[in-house]
Amino acid sequence: MQRKRELTFLENLYVPEIVRGLVLTSRHFFGNLFIHTAHLVGLMKNRSAAVTFQYPEQKRPLAPRLRTRHRLTVREEGTPRCVGCMLCETVCPAKCITIVAGEHPDPNVEKYPVRFDIDLGVCVYCGYCVEVCPEDAIRMDTEILDIAAYSRQAMKLDIHELMDPKLRKPVPECTLKFPHQCRVHKPVLPEAPQQRSDLPAVVSRNEPPGPMVGSWEAVYGKKD
Amino acid sequence: MIAALVFADIGIKLALAGIVFFGVLNLAGLHTWVERKQSAIMQDRIGANRASIFGIKLFGLFHPLADAIKMFFKEDFIPANGDRLLHTLAPFLSVFFALVAFAGIPFGDRLMVGGRAINLQVAGIYIGILYIFAMLSLGVYGVILAGFSSRNNYALLGSLRATAQMISYEIALGLSIIGLVMIFSTMDLQQMVRAQGGDFSRWLPGIGRWIPMWGIFLQPVAFFVFLTAALAETKRVPFDLPEGESEIIGYFVEYSGMKFGLFFMTDFIETVLVACLATTLFFGGWQVPYLHPDGFHFPWGATAAVGHLVYVGLGIASFSLKVLAFCWLFMAIRWTLPRFRYDQLMKLGWIYLFPIALVNVLVTAGILAFLGARG
Ligand code: SF4
Ligand code: SF4
Repeated sequence: MQRKRELTFLENLYVPEIVRGLVLTSRHFFGNLFIHTAHLVGLMKNRSAAVTFQYPEQKRPLAPRLRTRHRLTVREEGTPRCVGCMLCETVCPAKCITIVAGEHPDPNVEKYPVRFDIDLGVCVYCGYCVEVCPEDAIRMDTEILDIAAYSRQAMKLDIHELMDPKLRKPVPECTLKFPHQCRVHKPVLPEAPQQRSDLPAVVSRNEPPGPMVGSWEAVYGKKD
Repeated sequence: MIAALVFADIGIKLALAGIVFFGVLNLAGLHTWVERKQSAIMQDRIGANRASIFGIKLFGLFHPLADAIKMFFKEDFIPANGDRLLHTLAPFLSVFFALVAFAGIPFGDRLMVGGRAINLQVAGIYIGILYIFAMLSLGVYGVILAGFSSRNNYALLGSLRATAQMISYEIALGLSIIGLVMIFSTMDLQQMVRAQGGDFSRWLPGIGRWIPMWGIFLQPVAFFVFLTAALAETKRVPFDLPEGESEIIGYFVEYSGMKFGLFFMTDFIETVLVACLATTLFFGGWQVPYLHPDGFHFPWGATAAVGHLVYVGLGIASFSLKVLAFCWLFMAIRWTLPRFRYDQLMKLGWIYLFPIALVNVLVTAGILAFLGARG
């Protein structure tokens, strides 16, 4: 263990040490000031005078393995790759995925999600859903970090936002053609009342399903 | 006729006071910006740059403005058990004494306008030094009253610390300038500055002509003692025990809104005051090296005549430049050094600064007596 060192005579005089400190900070000051001034006249643009990032305009580079907001990968014809196997819903430690499976017209696919909701207010970003998926149907590589909302309702993503990461709330219109249930076609419920501690906990945090919209004909065309 | 002259005199004095207040208050306000920006640049950051008017950001220069607006619209809080009168009075006392002290600072030489000599100094006080130091000492009353009237233990602790610190360092501060007073045999700051216009050719035949007779060359030790003690007077890091932002918040913990803003401003005004004092006492005030009332007399023999207005203007510019340089230095020190511990503070004040200042006075007296005896 390093005991407290006795100061030498010069260090005890304070002044030389203070000057040393001042020289260090002043070197940074004048160096950075020089680069700032050069930036003003359009020079040395490749050197930054600060180690900080001006966040909303300037994003930090993200690690490739970083887990960010989820997305559902999409087939060529615009349907989700997901086969509704429920593995992710089962493995999710936060129980924040809600899937309702429906029958897919293609016998090789068998199932697809009629409804796919993730409650980001509950998600812990563990990435298990991505690991467990047999179809590479769910990924967390959207690089969306600014997930914030004014209500718990607004933290819930439905199949629209999951299939198109560029969509932001409120989703203006339903663009999915296959039969599905989504929030666009029904009014968003008001915030649930405060849970009372003497009552049994509500199991499902998710809202009741909306009406089924869309048809397979719209996706694959009329069967002959 | 006499009445007109009196009115002219009053008008000139008011104008001088206006100029000084304008300069000082703006400089103090700008300090909030300098503080943010300088610290940021020193620490490889950008600093506050978001306040904008119609998209014009101007390096964050609008932040002081935004601060002021915010301060004025905040709730003015007085603790329930506090002393209403004293609580309100304290910040005004603080800022008042800091501001009136500037009356004694000469910021330029005599200006001749229409046969009338205007001393560029708000009040040509014969004992200017004593006046300024008295005002500096009275400033601590604002701090004490703030802590006392808040009925808050931490505020009281802060003001007790402030009192102890002020008293300890005022002694060193006072002693450090006695050497100068002895050398120049005057307490009038304007005369002291004028006396610093000479050079050392009398004592150092060769290079003496190159060195202006500024206080720092006459009293280098006193300068460091003065600088340390004066920094302690401003109650800023490394001497910010009365505030101690990370521990007790300090004497203004119960203040909000513009009253807190006044305390905040007082710190900056005192910084400017100390910068002015250091300039006046140790860096030749408004003197420009080698510039005499009739023009430049360079040590290598060349001369260049300048007009009277240019001469006075150069003096004012020189004074402002030196004050700004000191402001920069104080800011750099504030963002370089950590805070002293209470016992370190007392030790530095009483065991180092006080004896050093005392010895300095003795040595100066000895040398003066020796030179005086030689004639
Ligand atoms: S990241 Fe983890 S918590 Fe979030 S949805 Fe996937 S499995 Fe559930
Ligand atoms: S694990 Fe993959 S395929 Fe299975 S339900 Fe989840 S997203 Fe769909």
